[in-house]
Amino acid sequence: MKHLLSINDVSRDEAINILSTAAELQKLTSGTVKKLPTLRGRTIANLFFEDSTRTRLSFEAAAKRLSADVINFSAKGSSVSKGESLKDTAQTLEAMGVDLFVLRHPASGAATSLAKSGWVDAHIINAGDGTHEHPTQALLDAFTIRKHHGIGRSDFNGVKIAIVGDIAHSRVARSNVLLLKKLGADVTVIAPPTLIPVGLESWGVHHSYDFDEDLASFDVVMMLRVQLERMNDSFFPNGREYARGYGLDESRLNRLKSDAIVMHPGPMNRGLEISSASADSSKSVILEQVAHGVIVRMAVLYRSLGGPDIASTGGSL
Amino acid sequence: MSLILDGTEISRALKRIAHEIIEHHHGLDSVVLMGIPTRGKYLAERLSAVLASIEAPVEYGTLDITMHRDDIRIRPPRALVPTLLPAGGIEGKSVILVDDVLFSGRTIRAALDALGELGRPASVQLAVLVDRGHRELPIRADYVGKNIPTSLKENVKVSLVEIDGVDSVEIAPVS
Repeated sequence: MKHLLSINDVSRDEAINILSTAAELQKLTSGTVKKLPTLRGRTIANLFFEDSTRTRLSFEAAAKRLSADVINFSAKGSSVSKGESLKDTAQTLEAMGVDLFVLRHPASGAATSLAKSGWVDAHIINAGDGTHEHPTQALLDAFTIRKHHGIGRSDFNGVKIAIVGDIAHSRVARSNVLLLKKLGADVTVIAPPTLIPVGLESWGVHHSYDFDEDLASFDVVMMLRVQLERMNDSFFPNGREYARGYGLDESRLNRLKSDAIVMHPGPMNRGLEISSASADSSKSVILEQVAHGVIVRMAVLYRSLGGPDIASTGGSL
Repeated sequence: MSLILDGTEISRALKRIAHEIIEHHHGLDSVVLMGIPTRGKYLAERLSAVLASIEAPVEYGTLDITMHRDDIRIRPPRALVPTLLPAGGIEGKSVILVDDVLFSGRTIRAALDALGELGRPASVQLAVLVDRGHRELPIRADYVGKNIPTSLKENVKVSLVEIDGVDSVEIAPVS
């Protein structure tokens, strides 16, 4: 696995492999072992053209626990403000000896462009490109679901998952739908009509405009952030109306199955898509998702950088 | 393909190793076994059963060395397997690493590193079913089932009932 650009590029077997590797890493690093020597001497650059807390810090923690060196780049405060392009920025960093780029970019397809353009030889991991995909988030979400529903190696059959909210602008939703369906889960997306993307029929999921309808049947309720920064139009009348129709408030929380879990990729708009009571409830696994993020990204970095050097790549041994 | 050891000979070798371990350690008080997956894990299990039948039960665990290998940059990534510590841990114990074949010694080097992350044993020894020579590091085994002189053009194939359905050690030309 040289790049991780989209969940589409990850086979079901490879996805299960990443989740199993992560499970072993979690067991290993929960004991006395905090740091592994695996990626010693490798350099990972976090190339962030868009703000992030969790993803960047999580990749940084993952890289450091595998003994890799980390260079952090964020567009703010860099020469990007002087007009330097993605190409020049990436090539500059590669000249400093970067083996792998973790790229977050506001433009959909940025990671694929960087990987396919031939501008750099380094490995690329997509850490969110516009409204397209965020594959490592989907992997850590699947890892969290697997943990909670006692699913063995791979079997997500029969697990009912609701993804609720701003589907149209959500790369998290896209990657999650692709991965969870690949793993066999039963996925329903729930959103107001204005936030359902065009072409949803081709996703192969159920969809609904009514959050309350099947509320008690879901094993997992994944709330999405309302992405006000990507909304250049009015998609709903106001926050209060959105919260009433699609927010996970206390009354909806109480109607969930007793063993259902509440997920949110963060950052949360408390009071909008999720109430504080729900976010802090015992059903919430939001902080666990963060912890799993580090573990799963370690597995992804290992699967991507373990293996022949880029220069000597001649197929698999 | 020529057969070097059959099932009976493998269990005889394990019995002899068990006696050597007991003799060397004057009993089994602080001894624990750590098998290196895949086949070393089953050998450690068997060795522990043999030790229990002739002297006293011995705890055993498994030690995954994947993340400590020195060929991470030249081989495709391998799947991780569980590391399981014996119930009493390894701190202050006499750890005996158990593996099927001792060849370059690189696996054992990685195992020593992996073990060092888990604690500080009083001593570490190595038991292998087969020593085929061609060491690339200053490492030797303390207990050897059988020394098999080999050429680098040969493969040593250890099969165990637990995963391969049959007990045997064979030599075949590299295909």
